[in-house]
Amino acid sequence: MDPMAAIRDTFFQECEEQLSELESGLMRMEGGETDQETVNAVFRAVHSVKGGAGAFGLEDLVRFAHVFETALDQVRAGKLDASANAVRLLLRASDALADLVRCARDGATPDEAQTTSLAAALKALTNGGPTDDGHAEDDEDDGLGDLTFLPLPVAVEAETTRPTGWIIKFRPLADLYGNANEAALLLREVSGLGPVSVTVDTSSLPDFADLDPEGAYLKWTITLQSDCDEQAIRSAFEFVEDDCELLISRASDQADEASLPQPGVDEGGAGSAETIRSPVPIMAANATASSDIPTDADVLAMIRKAQQSVSQPDHDQPAARSRQGAPPAVDGTSSKSDGGSAVGATIRVDLDRVDRLIDLVGELVINEAMLTQRVMEAGLARASGVAAALDELEHLTREIQDSVMAIRAQPVRSVFQRMPRLVREVAAMTGKQVRLLTDGEGTEVDKTVIERIADPLTHMIRNAIDHGLEPTDARLAAGKPEEGVVKLTALHRSGRIVIEVADDGAGINRERVKAKAIERGLIAPEAQLSDEETDNLIFLPGFSTASTVSDISGRGVGMDVVRRSVQSLGGRISIASRPGAGSTFTLSLPLTLAVLDGMVVSVAGHTLIVPLSAIIETLQPQAANVHTLGTDVRVVAMRGRYIPLVDVSMALGYRDAPLEADKSVALLVEGEGGIRAVLIVDAIQGQRQVVIKSLEANYRAVPGIAAATVMGDGRVALILDVDAIVSVTRTEILRGDALRAEPFLLQAS
Amino acid sequence: MNEPLTNGAEGRELIAFRVGQQEFCVNIMAVREIRGWTAATALPQAPRYICGVINLRGAVLPIVDFAVRLGLPGSAPTARHVIIVTQIHNQQVGLLVDAVSDILTLNDNAIQPTPDVASDLVKAFVRGLLPVDGRMISLISLDHILPADERQAA
Repeated sequence: MDPMAAIRDTFFQECEEQLSELESGLMRMEGGETDQETVNAVFRAVHSVKGGAGAFGLEDLVRFAHVFETALDQVRAGKLDASANAVRLLLRASDALADLVRCARDGATPDEAQTTSLAAALKALTNGGPTDDGHAEDDEDDGLGDLTFLPLPVAVEAETTRPTGWIIKFRPLADLYGNANEAALLLREVSGLGPVSVTVDTSSLPDFADLDPEGAYLKWTITLQSDCDEQAIRSAFEFVEDDCELLISRASDQADEASLPQPGVDEGGAGSAETIRSPVPIMAANATASSDIPTDADVLAMIRKAQQSVSQPDHDQPAARSRQGAPPAVDGTSSKSDGGSAVGATIRVDLDRVDRLIDLVGELVINEAMLTQRVMEAGLARASGVAAALDELEHLTREIQDSVMAIRAQPVRSVFQRMPRLVREVAAMTGKQVRLLTDGEGTEVDKTVIERIADPLTHMIRNAIDHGLEPTDARLAAGKPEEGVVKLTALHRSGRIVIEVADDGAGINRERVKAKAIERGLIAPEAQLSDEETDNLIFLPGFSTASTVSDISGRGVGMDVVRRSVQSLGGRISIASRPGAGSTFTLSLPLTLAVLDGMVVSVAGHTLIVPLSAIIETLQPQAANVHTLGTDVRVVAMRGRYIPLVDVSMALGYRDAPLEADKSVALLVEGEGGIRAVLIVDAIQGQRQVVIKSLEANYRAVPGIAAATVMGDGRVALILDVDAIVSVTRTEILRGDALRAEPFLLQAS
Repeated sequence: MNEPLTNGAEGRELIAFRVGQQEFCVNIMAVREIRGWTAATALPQAPRYICGVINLRGAVLPIVDFAVRLGLPGSAPTARHVIIVTQIHNQQVGLLVDAVSDILTLNDNAIQPTPDVASDLVKAFVRGLLPVDGRMISLISLDHILPADERQAA
């Protein structure tokens, strides 16, 4: 990829972030949060998009963003009231802006008419505001940060007492490098003491031809924000003490000095003043500088001069530093205002690298397990401190694994943020009034999961609005508020992420669903279904209750496809519905697709892993409690309830004859939708965290098996798909072949 | 659909292996590595020719008993058996064979067509026959070794 294209890609990536920032800001404003911070965030987002677009010559985008920005500026200045109508228009404008960005990215043609009419509406909203020209000037100020802008941060600094900090001037001598020390490591060491900002002075760097490869030319100024004592800083430089010039001074001293002259003088003055004061002349070139500043008044002039010409690099350096936000107290807020949303420091990392790391850590976990097993086999564990060391290793491996997984974990916010727009569009198409409520956007889940839930979620929301919510008049007739509510919730529950899409519509019309299912031949006409089972019919392939096929949802593929994509993620979907009160779709997904806690069991000589999250309890069944129902179905009496019993070895075809219940160990498991079953296995070996390996990568999906893993002895063990196994019992025992959702599972038993 | 039979005008390299009394060969470009037999983990509901899966440096590798796949009588794998790890499209598959016998370099025109009398199973995999020193070696195409599209039928 050529560098320009790479930069372009980055720009569009950033645009996506800005756009979601913009939208969430506007949503907050819609919710009544019209405080300065929110409005500023929204303004910044549009401004950044505009700025980037300008750099790439994306005229359409710049023009629209400019109009948009002008409107937002009015809101920011308090000249325009952020009324509900205005915010709604701004939201539509943000959708249009997103469209324009995407068009620009994909080279598509934007919807000219929509853009123009929105731009006109925005202009109408802002009429009476400043002209475009006046606004353009503002932009230049933002971009250049020229001299007239400079005194500002200093004025703040002079008034606020800033937290204790240190200014460290560090100039390595050639011997430092000669002794195989590395300046970067020292700087890193210092950064361990607290937040730092580091400026390098390259002014003594000679021309390349004159450069002595073993010479030392660089010097650094480090602003450290920390209340550590000087000794702590000195100790960082302990080993290079004799090989460098080092000056450590309190940052607050400087602030005092800086405020002595008129407030207009910025830190450039402070920096120079300090040089006079310094006991050791750390920068040889500054000796001349110090004689240059006999009076305070001259300082300002000198800084101006320094900024205008690069020929005085010594002065330029501190001046540049102050411009880039040296005073730490100001830093926190200023970086926020130019940088945009990110408050914490972040880096962009290629996903492949993270995945490679995750793979490696997976290997490490397997290796650690192998090592433990070998040590046990060798009988070393008890004899020595090996056991303790192994425990430590296991602990550490797990921690590394958790940390690596955390890199991939992201809040579901990125998906949730796409939904408001979807809701607006679907609402407009269906002519319904819809309010979207979201909760738990901060819930974190693996990035792969996030990427892959977007589609099913989109479908579910469309479905909720199109089929779930009644038309407005029907709502009014039912005594409900005109505006329908769709609630999107994410939460962590027992090691999984649960996402719910709830509507307050009419609920599922069970009569119609059943009639449809019979009509389509999906169930036998005489089938007796519970309410819950009827509701879940909508997930069957080829089922659609909408009598008319609309653009929005329904072509008879909807929920079936949703279920399949959810299942492919190791997730489950179910629906609960109350007539007249609405329906709730519940999506339960694993937090990560990489590891799982499992119980290791043996079944007919095979080792299997049962996901711990599915197991409620383990028990020793008594023969007296096991009853046979019909020909070959067994149930276990447990605390007054009869729970179907599944012989795992039979279900997977490992054995032909059932295992005697009292010679086995039973696991009470709960599958999707709270369906319980008792699985019987030969023995329980133990419990461990396993790395999930795909069977599909080199083979294909195996019914009844969720995935595979590698055990401590290097062999592959299979991970049981509890839900599939449980649903075998369900379809078989309760319904015969009435529900043919998973035909292969019927064969499986 | 099939892997290209040639990778140039002439001179392609093939790995020959023995299964029972017969010899077969595959394009060397499709072979990733050759390793000894290790116990495989059986898969439920797998076709008979799938021995199971093994751990290949962290990846799960299915093992196809080549003899059974061709409808020949299979045998219980021993430590003497060999697994040829092959790359088929984007999947890696291990072939369980009796032994690797030879590396051949051949011209394409040495390949003779499969006679029409062969069984369907043979025709599905054998792309041609090679006479080498009085032996007959069948050139195998790996495309359909795995039951790729039988998900629904499984």
